[in-house]
Amino acid sequence: MNTVWALTGVVIKELYRRKDFYVLLVLTAMITLAAGSASFFNDAKIVGYLKDICLLLIWVSALVIAIGTAARQIPAEREQRTIFPLLAKPVTRWQVIVGKFLGCWLACGLALVVFYAFFVVVTGSREHHWPVLNYFQAMWLQWIMLGVVIALVLFGSIVFSAASANATICFVLVVGILLIGRHLNKVALQQPEPLSTFIYVIYFLIPHLEWYDVRDLIVYDHGLIPWLQCGLATLYGAAYVLLFLFAAWLAFRRKRLSV
Amino acid sequence: MSVILKTDKLRVEYPNRESRQGTKVALNGLDLEVNAGEVFGFLGPNGAGKTTTMNVLLGFLPPTSGTASLFGIDVRQPIARQRIGYLPENTYYYKFLTAEELLRFYAQIFGLTQSEADRRIEALIKLVELGHAAKRAIKTYSKGMQQRVGLAQALINNPDLLIFDEPTSGLDPLGRMKVREIIQRLKNEGKTVFFSSHELGEVETVCDRVAIVNQGELKVQGRVSDLVARHQANLEKVFLDIIGYQPQLVS
Repeated sequence: MNTVWALTGVVIKELYRRKDFYVLLVLTAMITLAAGSASFFNDAKIVGYLKDICLLLIWVSALVIAIGTAARQIPAEREQRTIFPLLAKPVTRWQVIVGKFLGCWLACGLALVVFYAFFVVVTGSREHHWPVLNYFQAMWLQWIMLGVVIALVLFGSIVFSAASANATICFVLVVGILLIGRHLNKVALQQPEPLSTFIYVIYFLIPHLEWYDVRDLIVYDHGLIPWLQCGLATLYGAAYVLLFLFAAWLAFRRKRLSV
Repeated sequence: MSVILKTDKLRVEYPNRESRQGTKVALNGLDLEVNAGEVFGFLGPNGAGKTTTMNVLLGFLPPTSGTASLFGIDVRQPIARQRIGYLPENTYYYKFLTAEELLRFYAQIFGLTQSEADRRIEALIKLVELGHAAKRAIKTYSKGMQQRVGLAQALINNPDLLIFDEPTSGLDPLGRMKVREIIQRLKNEGKTVFFSSHELGEVETVCDRVAIVNQGELKVQGRVSDLVARHQANLEKVFLDIIGYQPQLVS
């Protein structure tokens, strides 16, 4: 595990030495504070709107950080050739994949903690109540979802040669799943065969990232999600993470590396 | 004397990029043996197959046929690389890290304890004379300084075998002399050094034995003193004779 943790540490150091995270945090803070300071017709639901905007920004920022960070890991190692001194040590390609995944995932977790801390302070100062467990569930589920996204992007980073192409394709795919993933079964019902079966297969194959989006429960002050459901969602996410990491390793172990 | 590095009928073929069909033979039945404690120079003109051999030895590239082993372990096993140190020709390191952080990262990979890592990092930073810049990001270093970081990372695990790919490439005369001193010092400590170089004078000075490859094939392997005596010329002339260089007069 030493090797995996060493790689994880380097990924985290890289993230906090780059400016992306700070720019996104400042941007989220500025937009949220600007929205929070405005008063639209003395609307009593202004806090709800504020929460909605802030959570949307957190979701977009976290996705940008996760996809951007994961997409450049292995291509950058190959382009800058840092992979050579690394693999000249007793390091397996599986350890590289797992180390990169854990680094990106933990870095995104740290970013989420900062974003949600800001969210708690902003909404708490307006509502004067602190449903910390609800926020924790929302953050946890989002973090698990980001794990699936990072594993998918790492797999893409080995399949596609350019980091930018991989990031764009993965971003479109993730946003597509988030927006229409839940409706695919209904679309399938309205289609003739064999299209219907084809869409159904896609519906059951894709990771349903939209299940992890519980922003509405936070915005409309619903109660806690049953912990069992949170646990099952965690297992479902973990299964997809393992699947994508395994696929990434299969592709990476066959890659020829030449100085 | 025990054999530390061995290749046996090593053959590597690449897909031919120029004609887009067939294959290009980069190495053809290469047999090499490097003994413990010797400094071994691996020579050849550009495109001779030196880098391909190193790529196979370091596990970056699988051989098409034949075998390669380090310490008797097949190079495809990561554990074969536990006791080696590798210095690439150019500097390929995480430039957002400081030299100290980079060395700590590699020390962690080798499973060194905190106190052992501290001790070795301090000693290596002193050896490569980077004490004044150890806490600065590598991206702020000059080429010579980056090459010295590379040397330090190659030594972090106190390896028994060092593989250097043109270690003095791009260095000024002072930098070259320091690298030569370090190689000599490693030899005195009983380490084995396997390195490729185009600096034949340097090779003649520090190497016990050399191998010369050309067009993927081993042309000669032997002691530097024997080769020089047999050809009654310096190593550069020996090298040119062996690769079949014909000087052409410019009219």
